[in-house]
Formats: sequence, C-alpha cells, structure tokens
Amino acid sequence: MKLNENQKRLIKTLIGAAVYVLAIVTRREDSIYSLIAFLAAYLIIGGDVLWRAVRNILHGKVFDENFLMSLATIGAFIVGDFAEAVAVMLFYQVGELFQDYAVDQSRKSIAELMNIRPDFANVQRGDTLVKVDPDEVKVDEIIVIKPGERVPLDAVVLSGSSSVDASALTGESLPRDVEAGDALLSGCINISGLVTARVTKEYGESTVSKILDLVENAGNKKSQSENFITKFAGYYTPIVVIIAVLLAFIPPLVVPGATFSDWIYRGLIFLVISCPCALVISIPLSFFGGIGGASRRGILVKGSNYLEALAETEIIVFDKTGTLTKGIFQVQQVLPEGISADELLEIAAYAESYSNHPISLSLQKAYGKAIDAARISGVEETSGHGVTAQVDGKTIAAGNAKLMRRLGIAFTEPENAIGTVVHVAQDGVYRGSILIADEVKEDAKRAIRELKEAGIRQTVMLTGDAKRIGERVSGELGLDRVYTELLPADKVEKVEALFAEKSPRGKLVFVGDGINDAPVLARADIGIAMGGLGSDAAIEAADIVIMTDEPSKIATAIRISKKTLRIVKENIFFALLVKAVVLLLGALGIASMWAAIFADVGVAILAILNSIRMLNVKSIK
Amino acid sequence: MKKVCRLDGLDCASCAAKIENAVSKLDGVSAASVNFMTTKLVIEGEESRMDEIMEQATAIVKKLEPDVVVRKA
Repeated sequence: MKLNENQKRLIKTLIGAAVYVLAIVTRREDSIYSLIAFLAAYLIIGGDVLWRAVRNILHGKVFDENFLMSLATIGAFIVGDFAEAVAVMLFYQVGELFQDYAVDQSRKSIAELMNIRPDFANVQRGDTLVKVDPDEVKVDEIIVIKPGERVPLDAVVLSGSSSVDASALTGESLPRDVEAGDALLSGCINISGLVTARVTKEYGESTVSKILDLVENAGNKKSQSENFITKFAGYYTPIVVIIAVLLAFIPPLVVPGATFSDWIYRGLIFLVISCPCALVISIPLSFFGGIGGASRRGILVKGSNYLEALAETEIIVFDKTGTLTKGIFQVQQVLPEGISADELLEIAAYAESYSNHPISLSLQKAYGKAIDAARISGVEETSGHGVTAQVDGKTIAAGNAKLMRRLGIAFTEPENAIGTVVHVAQDGVYRGSILIADEVKEDAKRAIRELKEAGIRQTVMLTGDAKRIGERVSGELGLDRVYTELLPADKVEKVEALFAEKSPRGKLVFVGDGINDAPVLARADIGIAMGGLGSDAAIEAADIVIMTDEPSKIATAIRISKKTLRIVKENIFFALLVKAVVLLLGALGIASMWAAIFADVGVAILAILNSIRMLNVKSIK
Repeated sequence: MKKVCRLDGLDCASCAAKIENAVSKLDGVSAASVNFMTTKLVIEGEESRMDEIMEQATAIVKKLEPDVVVRKA
C-alpha cells in the first residue's frame, strides 16, 4: 500500500512535470493563458502540499514544511515568477519522493540486518510434529530443528548431532558442532543434521529476542548529536522564517529604490531553505546504521549515545581473567620430588577437591579420575594460603609459598615460573610443585595493537593475580600499565583514579566478563562485557556487549563508532555550510530559487546517501 | 511500565521529534521516545494511567501527523 501511494505520487508528479514543460514551451509574456497553464501544473504537482498546509494550520500547527513550501511558491506566483514557483514545488516533490525512497530502503536494509527472527518452531505434541509460532512454545517442550532451519528458542540438545552457524549472532563464520547435552542458542542456523532439543527458555527470554530487542531499542537512547539537531531544528526554522519576513518587507520600506518584488523574492529563498530535514533524517540514520552493522559483527551497542561516546575513548581498562586471557587454568608442569608425577597430581587433586576455585578445578581436570570422597577427611582451607587435608590417613598440605613457610616446610621455587605454583607436602615432607597457568587469548595481542592504532592513549590491565603473572601477561600483550593483586573493591578505586588522568571530553572504557565486575562496568563511562552470547548477566550489566570471546572486537567497535561520527559530522558541517552560504547569497540577491532548492532538497538527499554508507559496515575490518 | 506502539507511515523525521517531545510532556509519562528508523514509539509511564496516556498520545500523533496510523506493536 505504501508503495502504491509512492507510485501514485510519482505518476502525479510526472504528469505535472509534463504540463510544466508544455507551459514553458508555449509561454507568452503577460498572457493569462500562460498563468493558467503554470497554475494547472502547480496544482497537479503541489495540490496535496497546499491541502496539508491548510489542514495543519487548522490543527494549529503553522511552521511545517508544507506551509513553508506553499508560502514560498504562492509568493513566487504573486511576484510573477511563475516558472520558478512551479519548479520549487516540482523539485520539492521529487526530493520528497527520493527521501521516502531512501528512508524505505534503509529501513529495509536495517530489517535485513535484523533478519534473525525465527518464523516457526516444530514442536512435538503427542505423536505429531506441529509447526507453531515460537511465541507459543513453552519451556520443556520438545522441538525438532531440521537442517537449514533457524533454532527458534534457546534449548538443549536431546538427540542428534549437527553443526550450527551462529554468524548472525556473533559474526563468527566458523560453524560449531553440537551434540546431545549441548546448549543451542536461538537465532543460530542448523546446518547439517536433524536435532531434537528440549526448550529451556520461552521465546521472549530467548537469546534471539533479547538481541533483537536490544538493537531495535538502541535508537531510543539518543546521542548528543541527535539531541543537538532536534534542539537546533527547534530554533532554526522559526528564526529563518522571521528573517524571511523581515527581509521581504523592511528593506523596501526603508531603503530608497528597493522594490517589494525583489526583496520578497529574497525572503522566499529563505523560506525554501528553512527546513532542517537533511540533518533531522540523516543523523539518526547514521547511528542506526552503525548500531545495526555492529550487531552483525557480534557487537551489541545499547544506544546511540554509547556508540557516539566510544569514539572519544582515551583509556581502556581491561580485567585480565576471562577478558584478555581465556580464564581456563591448566596444569602446565608437574615437578615431583621423591614421588611420581601421577602420585603428586593425585594427592594434590584430593587435597583440593573440596574447593571450586579455578586452580582446584584445573588440578582435578588434570588428574582426570573421579574423586573418592571416603579417602579424604579433615579439610582445612586457609584463605590466601591453601589447604591441608587428610588423604589416605596422611596429612597433605597444598598451597602457595606462604603456606609452606607457615608450616615450616622447606620448598623449592620453580625457576621462571609464569603462573600459579601449588606446593605439595605429605606428612611434612616436601613432595614437589605443580605449575598452573591461564592462557592468553589468540587475538589479545592484536587487539591491543589495533586499539593503539585506533588512537587509544592508554591501555591498562587490572587483575587480582600475583604481580609476577600480571606483569608477564601485560608485557607480552604490550599494555601500557598493569595493576596487580587487587581485590574486587580495589578495582573500582583504581578506575576512579584513572578517571583523573583523562581529559574532560575523553572517555574511560572498562572491559570485563560481566559476571563479577558489575560495579566497575557501571562506574566506567562505557562498560563492555565480553562473551555475552548466552550470558544474561553480561547483557544486563554492560553498555556494549561483545557476543564472542574476542577482545579484538573492541577495536572493531571503535572503528565503527569513529566512522559513524565522521559521517555525522560531515553531514552536519556540509548541510549547515550549504544552507548558510545560500542564505547569505540569497539575502544579498545573488542566489536564485534554484540554489535554494538545492540547499533544501539536494542537501537532504546527499546527506541521506552519505548516511546510508554506514549500513555497509562490512568494509570495516 | 513501558508501552510500545508502531507509527505506520511515519516519513518525516522532524515530525517524529515533535511527537516525541509532545508525548514526553504528557502527565504521567516519565519518558517517551520515537525511533524514526523502526517507526516505534516507546512510552514509559504510570501503569494505572496508561490507557489515558495512550489515548492522549494517539491524539497528539493525529494532530501532528494526520497520515500516521498508531498501531500496537
């Protein structure tokens, strides 16, 4: 229906244009026939504009573009510039048609960007498979996803195996294999096999609806540029209109020899330029394009304001574990003394088996066998030191150097150890040490380098880990500064201190995993959470969510932000400059109505075309 | 509470700004936002007065942009 209306308008405008050409060709000066021909063309082209102007005035709304255009063109008729009057209306209409088309197109491309909404779910009900709307599926119902179909709701695989493509959610094109027991996220596409799964979340709570919701509503948090333009438009139009009126009537009354027709013409030029459309449309469009494009790359930005602020980033503060490193601790080295490596691992794993600290978990994983709880008793954990426990009737002490010293056991510190060292003693006899370390993420080094290239002044790492480990990781990655051995509360304090070091306009970004750093995420100008896919906590806490585990996406986000801002500034500058120049020339009597049409419609179209570039963010690495 | 509706046929960005401005000034509305690209109007306001607010918001849209149809999202 929308298209039909546009087509109708197009046909009407074309007929009007034909009549207009006819009127020009057959033009005779001072002939009533010519006036009628031009009037006919004018009414065919601009009848609806006149009608809307009248209707809006009746509604008490005066300064709208319909009214301004009507006034400008009627004025031109009265002054005797028939051809120009019709031309203004004609180009205004062509411009409007084009603008509508451009807006429609960009709305379509945005809809396409967000085309991850599943259309249906195959639900097992009784003995049959029913195709229903994902909204109607309840938790714990069984769904079947065939190859090529989109996963409709978050679910867990019961049977079947396949690989799924999560690129629409994460931008990651490598498919992931899933089998029984694995979680399936809605929005992914099932590539190869038939999968039966049990629904874990209702549609409204599922990943795909959360992402869609977030991206669609991102435009609601407006950027400073958008607020500026809205405010600016509120002053711009009335001021230009008032100047137009003054220009039309004051000089002819005051200046000797000035004619009304000349000065009214100049005033009319002002009226034509008085609409701020170019800015009002193109700027939200740029932001929306940027946010939509970022979401395609697995970066969810919760508002235009955050996308705007990101371009001003000066300091980026990283949490270490889970952000720059994988957060997965692994046993790197076993250094036994007097017993076998397997035995050492076994007694350490047993002693630590009551703790769920990542270090203990990695010991148990390396040990690889089930823990027989009957063999352990008398577990005693000393925070910051380690554990002592009875294993098979022997006293095992497992912990750091402090624990060994406290127990008065001589130990050897492994040389150049990077990571956490667990010393183990059995009945007071030193049995060796186990080295456990976290691994740096593959793209972490590149991420830091790209951030530097993007103009970030300082990269800082905060960690609760030992100085030695923190400094080693930071040195390897090329961070500017590192603060180690911090408690969670210290992190907020350090971030507070860093705030003092940035310039007033600069922004401080904190990057964490969103799980235990919510206070810092909230305190920073922009909080970025990593690995958001499937983690509600991360999505809740942060302003920007990186769906994958890749820190290099932060640099991508900053590049998208900078490009968006550049387009926005180009548009503001270009539109205001052209308008100002034409207004000035118009006031001096140099610019014609044609220049005014360009300053209004032409600039709007160019600004929109410039903004549309933002929808194609594939070009940004 | 939050209420979302669609503004079908919204094709003027400055009108979108005017609608947003007028609706956010309504009694009982704490925040209102028009998203020109998704043509969505989001109103946050007192739950007990939401029907009244919606009625007034629809009237505002009708007045500012008579060609736009307010539809439930």
